[in-house]
Amino acid sequence: MTNPSENKKPMVLDEGLEKGAAKLTQDRIEKTIKQVLEGETGARFKAYVETCVHCGLCSDACHVYLSLDRDPKYSPAGKVKRTIGEIIKRNGKVDAQFIKEASVVASTECNLCKRCAMYCPFGIDTAYMMLIVRRICHKLGVTPLYIQDTAHSHAATMNQMWVKEDEWIDTLQWQEEDAREEIPNLRIPLDKVGADIMYSVIAPEPKFQPHLIYDMAIIMNTAGINWTMPSEPGWDNSDMAMFTGDNELCARLKKEHFDLAARLKVKKIVMGECGHAFRSVYDVGNRMLGWRMHPFNTIHAIEFYYDLLKTGKIKIREKYKKSVTLHDPCNVSRGRGLHDKARWVINQICEDFTEMYPNREHNYCCNAGGGVVNCGPPYKIKRVTSNRVKAEQVAKTGAEILITPCHNCHSGMDDILAYYNIEMHTKFICEIINEVMVKPEEA
Amino acid sequence: MADSANWDWGTGEKLISDLDEWKSSFNWVEEPYVSPDGEQIASIVNVDEAEFNVCVNGEVWREDIYDKAWHLRYTPDGRLTALVNENDEWTVAVDGESWENTFDYAWNPIFSKDGGTIAVSFQKDGEYGMARNDAPWEELFANLNCPELSPDGTKTAATVQIEDLGSADIFKFQDGVFTAADDGTPWDSKFVNVWWKSFNHDGSKLAAEIRLNLYDYTIAVNGEPWAKTFASVWKPIFRPGTDSVVAPVKAAGKWTIAEDGNIIWDKGFVQLWQQMFSPDGKKIAAIVAPSFGRWTVAVDGIAWSATIGDMITEMVFSPDSSKVAAIALEDEKWTLIVNGSLWQDTYDMAYQPVFSPDSQMVAAKVEKNKKFTFAINGKTWNQKFDYVWDPVFSPDGKNILARTVEDGKYYRRVIPVNEMIG
Repeated sequence: MTNPSENKKPMVLDEGLEKGAAKLTQDRIEKTIKQVLEGETGARFKAYVETCVHCGLCSDACHVYLSLDRDPKYSPAGKVKRTIGEIIKRNGKVDAQFIKEASVVASTECNLCKRCAMYCPFGIDTAYMMLIVRRICHKLGVTPLYIQDTAHSHAATMNQMWVKEDEWIDTLQWQEEDAREEIPNLRIPLDKVGADIMYSVIAPEPKFQPHLIYDMAIIMNTAGINWTMPSEPGWDNSDMAMFTGDNELCARLKKEHFDLAARLKVKKIVMGECGHAFRSVYDVGNRMLGWRMHPFNTIHAIEFYYDLLKTGKIKIREKYKKSVTLHDPCNVSRGRGLHDKARWVINQICEDFTEMYPNREHNYCCNAGGGVVNCGPPYKIKRVTSNRVKAEQVAKTGAEILITPCHNCHSGMDDILAYYNIEMHTKFICEIINEVMVKPEEA
Repeated sequence: MADSANWDWGTGEKLISDLDEWKSSFNWVEEPYVSPDGEQIASIVNVDEAEFNVCVNGEVWREDIYDKAWHLRYTPDGRLTALVNENDEWTVAVDGESWENTFDYAWNPIFSKDGGTIAVSFQKDGEYGMARNDAPWEELFANLNCPELSPDGTKTAATVQIEDLGSADIFKFQDGVFTAADDGTPWDSKFVNVWWKSFNHDGSKLAAEIRLNLYDYTIAVNGEPWAKTFASVWKPIFRPGTDSVVAPVKAAGKWTIAEDGNIIWDKGFVQLWQQMFSPDGKKIAAIVAPSFGRWTVAVDGIAWSATIGDMITEMVFSPDSSKVAAIALEDEKWTLIVNGSLWQDTYDMAYQPVFSPDSQMVAAKVEKNKKFTFAINGKTWNQKFDYVWDPVFSPDGKNILARTVEDGKYYRRVIPVNEMIG
């Protein structure tokens, strides 16, 4: 591992922030802040604001703080102080430059990973505070350009990558056709009403990684699952609007997803290997719509693989030989407690598993989550340099393969591995299962 | 829609086809669909590598094969349709006959209420439009979403992109590059977003959910936004026989119903959607969450006292407008809720309730432990099947058409309701 650019301070120019801030008036800023704080927050916000005693115990929980030489301004409490704390202190009388800087802090220096909340003696959730800042910035139109474009894609197409409706279906049929080279009677059943399972993915899969749909089709067909994939919008379970503070759009996306499952009369939704999308259905989007939890039994791919292996629906021919380690995605491990199931699955399919430390719910974030990677190229160097601790943690394992069942983690970890010259490759669990499982012709 | 009075209500049982025999004739047989009258059962079948056909009652549609076929469905008037591909071109096949027009891709067939009109979304040479009964729009667009067909089948509409949008050009997006195209003719106005839409009874008015900027939502009718905006809105519908538009809107943190921009229910809810008029046009029902995490139905703003934890959907009015039925989900178990009363029996899945013509009975297809049957007026029929389709009441309401699969055979049965509920 090398550290190629210590102390490099990249110049960041984000048109979304610059042009957005240029349009602001003092009146609009103050009215918007008042509306959000008085109209959209309550006891939780007040309790957090009044309870924090600035003890600093949250600091060592933050990978950004640890990676940037323990600069207090990057501690969770420091980020609150630089944003919402200052807004409260000044009674909302902040200027456009402040809003622009607050947007940078909230959208690119905090992954909403909630690790700090575990270490706070009072359980103060800094992620919630940062989301309030993002909400204010959204309402003021000062959101980083690339993630705003992603939200626009969601709004126009109901998926995050501008995938057109025919492109989606065509990709599924293309993967089905390719997979028939391996299993001649394989199907990706489209719109099969009454199937047991609806499988949903995020838009980067049809756009850039269709082989992951292929892998899951092989797994589903081998396991004999009565499944379907939807042809209609709502197939993308991701939700970057959740991270831009566009709560109304976030809710709309989740409505499309659950409406689709309801129309298809499925009993369960299985979501692909994505962390933030999972959070959007069990914690955020569902609640914005009025549900306590997801209305359907909705499980992450980790749980699905666990069930398939436990029940013997898929069997392993020969375990994967290369040494592997696991990066726990925050939203499935810390957020939903799937870390032990993930380990059980990996130990079933891999011969040589090495833990990284800390791990499970204590794992460091990849620094891509929470929409940070979606803020795009302007922040890439900042993103990798402010997660040196992750690079060190990963490098220490000496593993050849880094497994992480989350798309954003993949992107983030790929960048970190490349930047710090760590000889390691990322993989999704389904890629390894497809490689080592017994397939129909071998059964 | 086919007139069920002309169907065979006299024959108690007909074995229509032995599905297991199909399996020996083809590489694989996909999930079957049955005609509304129950006289036909059909599946897409794989004949050979990349060779597909449609099998109807054991006979293939035609001698030539398709390179691909999907989305097999019967229209309400009993015609069998599929999306088919030959020589890299897609089209719609109806009862084995392909449309003359072909496309680079075609998807999402929509049928009019009477089944006389079939509309699809299509892409040709990278441009998007809709086709209705084999007649494509003349003007095509850069993209198309949220398609709609008027109830009488005379008009199509969709959200279309009317200006180029560069990569990550968030500012142009926020100026508005979308509108609705009414039978292919775009509205004069453009919006940040246009989503789900509805036509009025004769197709002369089109209403759609729109977003004016990133924050203000409202409804536009023929391109003209309501004077008032809201924090959010859901799909609008027209008041029957009028040009008035009714939509769920979020105002002051609560969801309620607005008509032509004015709030008409004095109650607000945590959530409200899928509003529906009674057949006589006098009542509005909607699915609502009266409190966080609890769901029920509200009729004219009054919520039923019975609530359920996870979901209410598939709501229907009885023909006489006196009853509302829906399916309800809690803890992965479905049941029915009719005029505020939850049925006792629960199921792994329940389908949309069906009222008898006199509104006295309500029945639904239900599934439990991988077996299917019907539930009628709160009682579960004791016969179980490998699969069933939705029940259909005879015009006199005395019998139910049961379309069932047992031991690999498809049967059409006419069963007296009295026998089913004892």
